[in-house]
Amino acid sequence: MSMTIYIPGDSGARALGADDVAEAVGAELAQRNIEAKIVRNGSRGLYWLEPLVEVETAAGRRAFGPVTDADVAGLFAARWLESDTHALALGTVEELPFFKQQTRLTFARCGLTDPLSLDDYRAHDGLKGLERALALTPEQIVQLVTDSGLRGRGGAGFPTGIKWNTVLQTEAAQKYIVCNADEGDSGTFADRMIMEGDPFVVIEGMVIAGIATGATKGYVYLRSEYPDAIAVMNRAVSIARGAKILGSSVLGSAHAFDMEIRVGAGAYVCGEETALLESLEGKRGQVRVKPPLPAHEGLFGKPTVINNVISLASVPVILDKGATYYRDFGMGRSRGTIPIQIAGNVKHGGLFEAGFGMTLGEIVDEIGGGTATGRPVRAVQVGGPLGAYFPRELFDTPFDYEAFAANDGLIGHAGIVVFDDSVDMRHQARFAMEFCAVESCGKCTPCRIGSTRGVEVIDKIDADPEAQITILTDLCNTMKFGSLCALGGFTPYPVMSALTHFPEDFAPRSQQAAE
Amino acid sequence: MNNMPANDDLPERVVEIVAAFTATEGPLLPILHEVQASFGYIPPEAIPQIAQLLNLTRAEVFGVVSFYHDYRDHPAGRHTLKLCRAEACQSMGGEALGARVKQLLGVDFGDTSADGAVTLEPVYCLGLCATAPALMLDGKPHGRVTDERAETLIAGCRS
Repeated sequence: MSMTIYIPGDSGARALGADDVAEAVGAELAQRNIEAKIVRNGSRGLYWLEPLVEVETAAGRRAFGPVTDADVAGLFAARWLESDTHALALGTVEELPFFKQQTRLTFARCGLTDPLSLDDYRAHDGLKGLERALALTPEQIVQLVTDSGLRGRGGAGFPTGIKWNTVLQTEAAQKYIVCNADEGDSGTFADRMIMEGDPFVVIEGMVIAGIATGATKGYVYLRSEYPDAIAVMNRAVSIARGAKILGSSVLGSAHAFDMEIRVGAGAYVCGEETALLESLEGKRGQVRVKPPLPAHEGLFGKPTVINNVISLASVPVILDKGATYYRDFGMGRSRGTIPIQIAGNVKHGGLFEAGFGMTLGEIVDEIGGGTATGRPVRAVQVGGPLGAYFPRELFDTPFDYEAFAANDGLIGHAGIVVFDDSVDMRHQARFAMEFCAVESCGKCTPCRIGSTRGVEVIDKIDADPEAQITILTDLCNTMKFGSLCALGGFTPYPVMSALTHFPEDFAPRSQQAAE
Repeated sequence: MNNMPANDDLPERVVEIVAAFTATEGPLLPILHEVQASFGYIPPEAIPQIAQLLNLTRAEVFGVVSFYHDYRDHPAGRHTLKLCRAEACQSMGGEALGARVKQLLGVDFGDTSADGAVTLEPVYCLGLCATAPALMLDGKPHGRVTDERAETLIAGCRS
């Protein structure tokens, strides 16, 4: 059997030198006259071990990591292609605790296959969901997605099936599927990983959405900060078109569906669905007033399904394995699995897909292994720059949409950023306001003006703490209830959580120094 | 900037670019991306021309150009360094790294070093949050960037 060496082409692995490793391995193979194929796969999601290289022979698939180009000669000297004697040998990825505890449904193939090989995709259950969908009526597909309990993974958690049903029921000559790949939240990289590591699953999900709702055209709005994902998705669309997965007759059926990748231009607010639609239309990314809902009047005024990458990428497995299979994972009203992204100052950072319901403490302390710096964990921000900061006292909160809301927080796109005890929470609150001021689309006053005033008020705390904190609280209240979208509406979450859980950081600096 | 191409062929090139997107729905952003890829920025004189070709007002096109962080109204340096300023990178010393990079280049965010080598741009998340702090140099990602690594990368840009 031929030998395959997997060296991730994922941008997170490339950021740690995977290209140099691939070059060094290629050179050693040539020099030693060893025949082996190098595949640039996606990441398995264990970023502290990246670049994580896997050797596949008849005996199985064995991992080594983290590998640098300087390690390569030593690996060959230790006969790594046959044996596990080198110090970087990890055994099989599936047996590593971080991986073994996961339930990989959406990310089942990510890191396992050649991202742009349709043969690999089919060999690992790819297109089974689409084939199933082609045998069903649109109503049956929508029912199945509704029954699965899938909720929008972009952050809002709106039931996907209900959204699809609204578009299905709305009559129009043209409908659209829009994939929101404007993953701007700090601490999140699930969309990037799946687009780079398993692009066909996103395409398959969009085609199924098209068939289910009668939409024939799809757009992926992909942020410009992800050049690798843009390149992979463009190639995947062209391969899918060649294989008749896209086109006038999807897999030989009566359904037509085609799609395009559109690149954003560096505006965080375009992750908000109506601002995204404006941007796709070629306008400033300003938020629209709802109603009308995008499902009634979306892109170019036509009924539009707009879903996050992970929501769409979760659809194929639901169609393939069934609604009950998916719904049986999770807790409460949060069904299925969620790819949790563990990031920031954490020992074992990466992507951990699991059913809803693990506690925040389990994720941070047990899975993440605490901080990278070795200092105590002081705060974790969940759900991106608009998510709340959680103190240790709330680490028993289960990962569930409702449980987080009950603690004045949100899951968002499921990114967790860990901070050690050197963090200054007043500084973080100020950053939240500053970020909102930079990224505000300017349409509504609470967000546009409130964020700038917020920075000023926080800067004045030392001079007059009591009055300024009263003003800040009042301002947050206005922003929360008066803003048009989640940018201005949710910026109060990080600010107020910092103030509520870490009041000592808001005491005058002179007092803090005296303590 | 003496290293940027002259804009003598600008009107012809803009016509070509706009023509390439006639079948595209909502073509303005793709057109602007292409103009910036060709010239390194959005030349101000391209704005009225694009407006006329798309039957938009100059204000509409200018409004779009000025709204998005990616579009530049003047040429960048020979290299573009995007440094992440968001929370995950902050938790791993991103602010100190940013201060060091600014000092090395002698510029603030948004500016180009005096030798024209590097334009420093702030970015809010590169999706490299588990390998923070991160930056992107001419489209290539770099993670767990130390001060020394940043110094080497910048020295490489200047050589």
